[in-house]
Amino acid sequence: MARSSHWIVRRLSHLDGILLVLVLVLLGISLAVVASASGQSPARISGHLINMGLALAVMLVMANVPPHILSKVGPPLYVAGVVLLIAVALFGEVRNGSRRWLDLGVVAFQPSELLKLALPLMMAWYFQRNEGVLRAKHFLVGGAMLLVPFFLILRQPDLGTALMIGASGFYLLFFAGLPWKVMVGGAVLGGASLPVLWNFMHDYQQRRVLTLLDPSSDPLGAGYHIIQSTIAIGSGGLFGKGWMQGTQTQLDFIPERTTDFVFAVFGEEFGYLGAILLVGLYLAIVARGLVIAARAPTLFGRLMAATLSLNLFTYAFVNMGMVSGILPVVGVPLPLMSYGGTALVTLLLGMGILMSVATHRQLNKT
Amino acid sequence: MYPATTLKNLDLELARFVGRLKVGGAFVVLLAAALLGRAYYLQIVQQEHYLQRAESNRISLVPAAPHRGLILDRQGRILAENYSAYTLELTRTRIDDLDATLAQVGELVDITPGQLRRFRRLLSESHEFETVPLKSKLTDEEVAILAANRYRLPGVEIKARLFRNYRAGPGMAHVLGFIGRINDRDLERLREEGREQNYRGSAHIGKTGLEQSYETLLHGRTGFDQMETDSSGRAVRMLSRIAPVPGKDLRLHLDVELQAVAEQAFGDFLGGLVAIDPNTGGVLALVSKPGFDPNLFVDGIDPETWKSLNESPERPMVNRVLRGIYPPGSTIKPLMALAGLELGLRKPSDSINDPGYYSLPNSRHRFRDWKVEGHGVVDLRRSISQSCDTYYYRLAVDMGIDRMHDYLAKFGLGARTGIDLEGESSGLLPSRDWKQRRWKQPWYPGETVIAGIGQGYHLTTPLQLAVMTAMLANGGKQVEPRLVDAVRDSHDRDWQQLPGMSRGQVAITPAHLDVVRAGMLDVMSPGGTAARSAAGAPYTIAGKTGTAQVVGIRQGARYDASKLAREHRDHALFIAYAPAENPTIAVAVMVENGGSGSGTAAPVARAVFDYYLTGKRPVVPKLEAGNGTE
Repeated sequence: MARSSHWIVRRLSHLDGILLVLVLVLLGISLAVVASASGQSPARISGHLINMGLALAVMLVMANVPPHILSKVGPPLYVAGVVLLIAVALFGEVRNGSRRWLDLGVVAFQPSELLKLALPLMMAWYFQRNEGVLRAKHFLVGGAMLLVPFFLILRQPDLGTALMIGASGFYLLFFAGLPWKVMVGGAVLGGASLPVLWNFMHDYQQRRVLTLLDPSSDPLGAGYHIIQSTIAIGSGGLFGKGWMQGTQTQLDFIPERTTDFVFAVFGEEFGYLGAILLVGLYLAIVARGLVIAARAPTLFGRLMAATLSLNLFTYAFVNMGMVSGILPVVGVPLPLMSYGGTALVTLLLGMGILMSVATHRQLNKT
Repeated sequence: MYPATTLKNLDLELARFVGRLKVGGAFVVLLAAALLGRAYYLQIVQQEHYLQRAESNRISLVPAAPHRGLILDRQGRILAENYSAYTLELTRTRIDDLDATLAQVGELVDITPGQLRRFRRLLSESHEFETVPLKSKLTDEEVAILAANRYRLPGVEIKARLFRNYRAGPGMAHVLGFIGRINDRDLERLREEGREQNYRGSAHIGKTGLEQSYETLLHGRTGFDQMETDSSGRAVRMLSRIAPVPGKDLRLHLDVELQAVAEQAFGDFLGGLVAIDPNTGGVLALVSKPGFDPNLFVDGIDPETWKSLNESPERPMVNRVLRGIYPPGSTIKPLMALAGLELGLRKPSDSINDPGYYSLPNSRHRFRDWKVEGHGVVDLRRSISQSCDTYYYRLAVDMGIDRMHDYLAKFGLGARTGIDLEGESSGLLPSRDWKQRRWKQPWYPGETVIAGIGQGYHLTTPLQLAVMTAMLANGGKQVEPRLVDAVRDSHDRDWQQLPGMSRGQVAITPAHLDVVRAGMLDVMSPGGTAARSAAGAPYTIAGKTGTAQVVGIRQGARYDASKLAREHRDHALFIAYAPAENPTIAVAVMVENGGSGSGTAAPVARAVFDYYLTGKRPVVPKLEAGNGTE
């Protein structure tokens, strides 16, 4: 009995206290908002609770996996992900006009989800292997690791996911020390190629961008979502309309309001003060993640911690930016807030890795 | 272990990494600032705007149409009322295959070809998203059948609607008019007048008659239920309610029984009659024959029926009393006589010797009297009772057209009477000035001659003749005819009398008026032109007959009604008031192709007087177009 409780304490000791509290606070807020947004649907609330339990368990497990073992998972996971992406391109199932899904008989699966973690793991593993002797060659190889899945996903077409995965790869290159002049040169080149990229974009992608620039141009179509969500947020004012009091939310005007547009619900019911709190919580997680990165004993740990932190905030930024009408509508959930099992598990898996990096500081030599 | 250079690299890399962390952190803070900046803009700067939009999302105003006011006659008999009934309505945008749906509906309930045509016409006139009635006044059985099959007929609805029913029949159509579905033109007008908000929820608007002229009072004020609705437009709950204010009821001066008596008195003839109270201007009866069934128009008339009404040679859609313009003929003579007296051109005792014609000085053209052999010695009173043309030819020449115009204008000729119905004609009261303006031609003396007996350019409506008659009866009070006597808010409230309208008073020397009136009394007395029509009346009548020519009669030819096709016969005119000593009713009658005023028009007036003054319903008089005297 005593031995088992000792074991449990040891497992729990790998949880980072600060991160845990921040995550739990966000999940608590999420539960309240999803309850309101779903009209207190018991199915939604219990489903959300189950997802949270599952994701927290995954986080606990990941926190206990030492980074050096984690780093070895990178290459096979990455290769498997890329192979699956190619399989998707060849045999994938078309849903809503894009080829993203792979039918594995029992479940349909989006291999691009796998890459969200596999890509940083792979690149961090690669840079860790070449620690201390990093040269241009290694950045070129790292860049290649990034671009292969990026273009495969872009072809599906899934611009949103491709950009998010591209961003995580870029963060890793950045923290690994990608020279500034390369970045500046790349930015110039990228800017110059925007018109070309525009031509390669699909109609619906172009429309999304155009709708963003002027939502009222399509008030009943794609613009409807943005118009309704900005109305929701704006009408919340400083203090919000109060929990379960948002008219836009309760009367069905906000689309996807438990998932992608959950921030509109939150903004309407909790107002500007709520928004400050929410952004503050994300910033606190990033800050904690960056501290963990700074203290990490290995390059792998540093790169993973820093990348995962920035990644989380990027998701939050893209989601809130989209819902409040400054970014195009891309299907990105709000981290730790949106309803949805896959995203939550993936996110807390990342949190688990952060915690693992944080708590395995002295344990990296075997 | 690591070689030294590698260790040095490691330190360098670590330092660089920490630097990169700071850049990364700064980047994140920048993004966070962008988000909060945007949220600040939306939630603080623009809060009002978005709150308003959220409210207008949430709150929808569901209009509640008011009940239309009733129209009652002077005895309180209901002439226009409302009833609610179920209608079958279709919404074009919600139906994929209209023909298939119509066929399906046709299998469930009877749809007549007329209803189908009317539906197609309404459909072409309305917007795609509007619901258009296919069949109204569904029976309970039809409602049950349709309700049971509603699930397989998307876009087909059964709605409870308020309808208008005109009880009084075709005879009242020209007075009441009718309501009809609001069309684009109505909408545009309502918008221009800023009243369209009040018509949300109303499908009908007054199109003609009193329904049109009293639309504002009859319609009432639309109420609004403030409903909270969700994004699909479903009402969640009622937030507040502004109750509709029902339209006002109208009570008329008109007596529908008197109206029926008058209409009946026309027999087979067409024409118009208007009876007014000379003291108030209240319209006691207003008949334009033929009428039509106003109920046909309430929910849209089918094109065939509309065509037949519109193209009928009898022209049932024209209100003859307001819009029919006819030369007043001899009915103008009493007023001409009064003008002669008032202008100092004649004294009552002045008399002429009538040879049966009149010629202008230095002209051989003979303006003939209707009595070929002439009337002999004729003074003013006799000129009226015998309707002596020669007397008035000469008087007209002495008066001149401009003085004639000015005096006759005081009695309302040549101008709209101001009755509370729209579409009135102003007729034509000729003058030198008018002819110059209209025809750019000088006035010829011969035109003055025939103007003296109400021929030539003169054109009057029966209504104008009635007002003129009323003024002779009331001693010069310029009354405006009014159909509506009083209004009330709803049936538990008291009637509020509308003030009678008078434009002023024409000063008339009593002695002059007395002579003219005596002449008109003589008309109805033994020896007078219409004595027959007054025979046996327990009250006195003062009147004047007239004819309005339909075809010209050549110089020297004789008018012989019996040799003319009916549609070429003259229109018979008659004006009268009674009782002559203390008039309470003044009428003007026009019998289309009636031949002579005394033969056909005067008996109609008699029937009206009888009923109005004694309550006696006449035995339906037999009218004939005879060769009677004028």
